Order: sequence, then C-alpha cells, then structure tokens
Amino acid sequence: MIWATVLIGSISAFALKFAGFVIPERFLTTPTMRRVTLLIPVSLLAGLLVVQTFSSGSTLVIDARVVGLGAATVSLALRAPLLVAVLSAAASAALVRYLGWLP
Amino acid sequence: MTALTPERRRRIIIDAIGIGAATGAYAISFGAISVAAGLSVLQTQALSSLMFTGASQFAMVGVLGAGGGAVTAIAIATLLGSRNALYALHMSTVLRPRGWRRLAAAQLTIDESTGMAIGHQDDPPSSRLAFWSTGVAVFVLWNLGTLVGALGADVLGDPARFGLDAAIPAAFLALLWPRLVSRLARTVAVLSAAVALILTPLLPSGTPVLVAGAIAVTIGVFLTRGAQETDEFGQRAVGS
Repeated sequence: MIWATVLIGSISAFALKFAGFVIPERFLTTPTMRRVTLLIPVSLLAGLLVVQTFSSGSTLVIDARVVGLGAATVSLALRAPLLVAVLSAAASAALVRYLGWLP
Repeated sequence: MTALTPERRRRIIIDAIGIGAATGAYAISFGAISVAAGLSVLQTQALSSLMFTGASQFAMVGVLGAGGGAVTAIAIATLLGSRNALYALHMSTVLRPRGWRRLAAAQLTIDESTGMAIGHQDDPPSSRLAFWSTGVAVFVLWNLGTLVGALGADVLGDPARFGLDAAIPAAFLALLWPRLVSRLARTVAVLSAAVALILTPLLPSGTPVLVAGAIAVTIGVFLTRGAQETDEFGQRAVGS
C-alpha cells in the first residue's frame, strides 16, 4: 500500500511538472489561477504544521512537539538555515521529554 | 546585458553547488523523518528520486506517519506540487527543451532551480546554466542526504526519543516561512491553521488540512480580486 502511494504520488508530481512544458501557457496564467497556485502551498503547509504539532490521531494534544516548534520559530526568526531549525526542534523536544517536563 | 563569461559561469556553478549542499543537508532530516514515519529506506529513496519535490515529500510521509489514508496523502502531496506546473511554464519559455531534455527539465523543475534561473533572467544563457546546474546539484545531493538520513534513522530506532516527531512540523514551518511574503499569504496561513485544528477531532486524519486549504484559498482569491500579487521569489508573475 505504501509503495502504491509513493508511486502514484510520484507520477502525479512529475505530471504536474511536465504539464508546464507541454500545455499552452494561457491555460495556467489567468490571474486567478496564478493566485490559487501560489496560495495552495501556503495554506497546506500552515495546516500540516499545526495538525502535526497539536494532534495525536484525531485528538488535540500539547506535548514536546510544541517546544520543538517554538525552537524552530526562534531559529528561523534569527535567519538560521532550514537544517538548523529542524535540528533545534528535534533536540529541544528530545530534551524536554528526557527531563520529563512534557510527554 | 551581461554575457556568460568564464568568471560568471564559475560563479553560477559554485552557487548551484552551495544550494545543493544546503538542501542535501536538509534531505538528511527528510530521510530520517520518512523512515521514522514507517516507510522503508527504499521507499524513502524512491520519493527523493521520483517525486523530487521537498514539500510534497514531507507532506506525504507526514500524513502517512500520522495514520492518514493513501488518497489523502496523494492529494496533499499533489496539491503541494501544483506550483511546479507554474515554474515549468516559466522554464519552458527560457529553456525550450526538446526530446529527453524536456523530461529531464521537467523532473528538475523545483523551487531552487527555478529560483536560481529567475535570479539570472537578465541573461538567457546564464539563466539556463543556473537552472541545469542547480537542478542537477540539488538532485544528486538531495538523494545522497536522503540516503544518509534514512540509514541513520534505521539505526537509531525510537523516533520520539530523538524528537524526530517534532522535526516534522519544524520542516513544514521552514518551508512555509519564505512564502509568508505578503499580508494575503499570512492571512491565508492563519486561517488554514485555525480551520485545520478545529476540524481535526471531526474528520479522518489528513482531510482537515485539505478542507482548510479549500476554504482558505477560496477566501484568499475572493479577497484579492484584481490586486497585484508577488510570489515567493519576490517577482511579479513568474512566466509573463
């Protein structure tokens, strides 16, 4: 099942990239279409970000991931590279769990 | 008009390798997160070489790891990749590739390669070199980084002990951050986050994000009819 998901997702991703090279430009460049295409990643990433921080299955929870997200926010505000933000999130979450402050 | 001098050629290639190295380092976290989410090393590697678009890859493993269904995971990953079609439109006018080069160009059309090409758009040969060199450098180092992370996580074991579950939202935040360039983008982000959280106890895993996306993007488009918008590269209208 995971293989099917991986492969179908990969084919879809390639189809979108390839579409831009073969279909006439006017189909994708109406102002509304352009705005939709640029807002979709913003919306999905924001949604994924909070859901993956505050949920466990279909329950809303607060655990060590919140501290990790805080550390990532500080890192990015200080213009740290992506990897530093991710590492600081993992390290701070691991630390508060080790100390037993949050599950 | 700036020509593609040997000096400029060298600088573009060095920049490309620099960007490749940075994303390759980031790919280490993707590889680790993917294996922690339950994918095998080979499945993880397939995503990095076949899907090859970071945000979609993180989304797919994030949704699968949180117990979301295959259809939801594919839908979110595909929607996140839709911006690549817009990038490809722009790149097709710059590269005008034919035959196998068109397939290669399509696969290498991602944020970094398109961004670098647009950065050199004053000179078409430089722009083409920037696209190809960045695309190839990121592809090679992204896959290498993925392998290192995937094998590393396989050895480490329990992901929560090392805070790998906290690395997933941090990765989404890092991908979102440079896109929050306009007030519209920030409004849509906050709205999406709020709706997704409210729907989480009510809908199956993964779907709240899709529903929130549909609502927020519709409202965002409605709010800004006729307004000028800048994209994440600070350019007005890629491809025109």
